Amino acid sequence: MSVTISSKKLRREFVKKVKELSGQNLQLCYQCGMCSGVCPAASNMDLSPRQIIEMARLGLEEEIAHSKTVWICASCLACTVNCPRGFDLSKMMEAIRLLTLRKNIDHVHPEDISPQECSELPQIAMVSGLRKFTG
Amino acid sequence: MSLAYYPGCTLKTRAKNLEEPAVASMEVLGVKLEEIPRWNCCGAVYSLADDDLIHQVAPVRNLIRAKEQGKNELATLCAFCFNTLKRANLLMKEDVEKRNTLNSFMDEDVDYSGEVKVVHLLEVLRDGIGWEALSQKVKLPLWELKAAPYYGCTLLRPREVAIDNAEDPTILGEFLEALGATPVDFPESTRCCGSYQIVSSPDDIAEYTRPILNSALSHGAEALVLTCPLCDYNLGRGQKELMKKQSGIREMPLFYFTQLLALALGLGPQVCHFEMNHGSPESFLRQKNLLPQAESVQPIGG
Repeated sequence: MSVTISSKKLRREFVKKVKELSGQNLQLCYQCGMCSGVCPAASNMDLSPRQIIEMARLGLEEEIAHSKTVWICASCLACTVNCPRGFDLSKMMEAIRLLTLRKNIDHVHPEDISPQECSELPQIAMVSGLRKFTG
Repeated sequence: MSLAYYPGCTLKTRAKNLEEPAVASMEVLGVKLEEIPRWNCCGAVYSLADDDLIHQVAPVRNLIRAKEQGKNELATLCAFCFNTLKRANLLMKEDVEKRNTLNSFMDEDVDYSGEVKVVHLLEVLRDGIGWEALSQKVKLPLWELKAAPYYGCTLLRPREVAIDNAEDPTILGEFLEALGATPVDFPESTRCCGSYQIVSSPDDIAEYTRPILNSALSHGAEALVLTCPLCDYNLGRGQKELMKKQSGIREMPLFYFTQLLALALGLGPQVCHFEMNHGSPESFLRQKNLLPQAESVQPIGG
């Protein structure tokens, strides 16, 4: 995948918000790829965990908005406990999700969940799913 | 002795088979689990955004309920609730600014600053009772059971709330040994089952569970031992779907650790609610001589 990096595409406001919401210093990452290696969902992602960090700090908001990666992250924190730089990627993923959800754009619509699913799923699934995927 | 206890929503409905054997077993071990009054849903997941304080209110209120009872420890059983409550507690203890904001926002009689220690029932068994004392209470040793401990995520990550070594946990294996069973170590024991992705991408769950189930089977496990209701749901559903696809996965019973505890303590199947488990746990347990053989039903004469 090729990405054009230019000052025209850089969204400084986006970088600032991601830093603010996540409380993380994006410059800590040295791109070793440990996060991608330990992520159980990396094979489903179009941008790997390592790539999304790099793109977030380059301010490539549009590319990230078109990616499904942050919606595939299950906050399992495998990346968090294994990062040699102490970067908490789960918080960055949450920050990027919230930037969409807080615009009132939901990723999951409760009315689309079938009554059968609703009756079978444990409450912690419903509560956590709706917490992570709706604003 | 009694211990303040937070059950959470799922244990009262879909996961009675996790809670009821736990409460009965702890009573046998001399610990009364006392539900804190007026507990509310903890929110299931810890809020990861720095500015999202409103979602800390729900877990912190529960911690305040425990403090109001004069308790300095709060026991939890649901792995999600444990993680959320323990992380919220840590926030209240360590972040003075957020603590002050939350205390002034919440209309509670007492302020809170992380005084209550949040513990998981496995920690109570390990640190409060001890494996040796537990093994002495065993009436029906699980000699013939070869089971793989599956930890999932929330008891071990992040590191600051982990009940054991985050990479190489042994607590569930030691628990099984105390009950007389043979724990089967396997490398995927801390790999995520897909968690709440079941809500947005239910079709992907089978693939999340495949490496976990495959790995446990190939290491010789006959059953999986679980701590979390969502792991139970995802692994059970994933297993069923993979079997339909004829993927080489064969059915493995899934047990909550508390069900095995109750059985080993001689409490019998009544408190275990095996009818709520995935797979066919009862016929498996009969094969292992852990349940009485099925008796034929005699019609009642008139």
